Amino acid sequence: MVLKALTANHAVAEAAKLARVKVVSAYPITPQTTIVEKLAEMIEKGEMEAKMVRVESEHSALAATLGAAAAGARAFTATSSHGLLYMHEVLWWTSGARVPVVMAVVTRAIGPPWNIHVEHSDVMDQRDTGWIIGVAQENQEAFDLTLQAFRISEDPRVYLPMIVSLDAFILSHTVAPVDVPSQQEVDAWLPSRRQPYVISPETNVVMGNIADDADYYMMRYSINAAMEAAKKVVEEVDEEYGKAFGRRYGGLVECYNCDDADYIMVLMGSWAGDAKKASDLLREKGYRVGVMRVRFVRPWPREVVQEKLSNRKGVIVFDRSISFGSAGQLFTDVAASLYGSTSIRGVVAGLGGVDVRPEDFMNEVTDFVSHVEEFGRVYEPLRWHLPPKYAKSLAEEVSA
Amino acid sequence: MSGTAAVVEKPKTYWVAPISYPAPASSGKTGLWRTERPVIHLEKCVKCLYCWLYCPEDTILRREDDYVYVDYDYCKGCGICAAVCPTNAIDMVPEGGES
Repeated sequence: MVLKALTANHAVAEAAKLARVKVVSAYPITPQTTIVEKLAEMIEKGEMEAKMVRVESEHSALAATLGAAAAGARAFTATSSHGLLYMHEVLWWTSGARVPVVMAVVTRAIGPPWNIHVEHSDVMDQRDTGWIIGVAQENQEAFDLTLQAFRISEDPRVYLPMIVSLDAFILSHTVAPVDVPSQQEVDAWLPSRRQPYVISPETNVVMGNIADDADYYMMRYSINAAMEAAKKVVEEVDEEYGKAFGRRYGGLVECYNCDDADYIMVLMGSWAGDAKKASDLLREKGYRVGVMRVRFVRPWPREVVQEKLSNRKGVIVFDRSISFGSAGQLFTDVAASLYGSTSIRGVVAGLGGVDVRPEDFMNEVTDFVSHVEEFGRVYEPLRWHLPPKYAKSLAEEVSA
Repeated sequence: MSGTAAVVEKPKTYWVAPISYPAPASSGKTGLWRTERPVIHLEKCVKCLYCWLYCPEDTILRREDDYVYVDYDYCKGCGICAAVCPTNAIDMVPEGGES
């Protein structure tokens, strides 16, 4: 075991290098991350045998990545916030092409007003594009998930692109020990790239030509079938990764303190660490509370959510993003999966990187518990966990 | 060996490929889209082959003696051949009238 002190950005770059990525394409200025900066450095120093394609926008960055991948290269890119939104059209092109691609997304708030801190709005905006979306809690997991992403994306049951999502600053710029396996170990674990077709002058293949309406429909059907198949592949890859490198995360979701829990917090990303701490502290006070950390937003782990959450006294979902006019996006998926079988509350918190501490989770959970105990079955899609600076003034305004 | 050339393997789930192969008439006889047709007056033609070179649809056909003629099944009537012809040997004639 070799432990290196790495930011999550550099950990992801190490993983891309060990996966023997052959083409990296990126637009080099903000909101680009140090992932691509590190990869450029590795390529320049000759530590990594790959081509860096510098383009004029994120839209082109993903398009060039798709082109390289369609031509048969293991290709990679990374972006964040506005860069990801600018790529949005090409996300559809990539999944529609059924070409395996891996992209790291450092999740950041979207302007205006300008804010570069952690929020999940950028990645949640891509839920419907046909990309698999995996979310890391820690630097080590960002590394592991990146390696796993190549195996998941290039599995012939899947053949869909995958986003590895990691929280801005809390992970991306924070140094933590990361166990980095050797090149030989990674080569033994990660097979050669597989893909459904290769575009080259010899193969004469055209991708994306006009299609009959019914053919188009069935291509959408087949993307969804691949998403469903990906659920099993994710679990398998998690298990095989565990055998090879000693770390398993639980597949589509990670459950913490769940077995005997009356109430379960559901959330994703780095703040799951604070929620786990809150769960421990609440147990000391006699509340049996667990945490379900969503590791994959897509494919949505409907079956696991139903199995693990249906028979609880209540489920409280924390979203670090909101679908304006509806509720938090995780909430809507959890609520749809549970179809009224238990009490549920959605909390939107931590937007724009507002700090959410274990005490905040504890206060939200105890408030929810008392609410459920008082009223019985509860369905509350949207509760705002306001920043401390505003919480008092708004409470006064509402009561006035 | 990881990361070398990709292996092409058919998907294992239900699959409709978003791919196609170039073939004539995959969109039908596109000559039907034409509103004006190019008519070549061979007596003015100097065999420069500009029209053959510039035609975006590859519908100016070249004979062995380097005179040219039009494949009206697929010519969409864009008029580029008439525009590039240095001797004005190509007229664009509205469709629907007499030949």
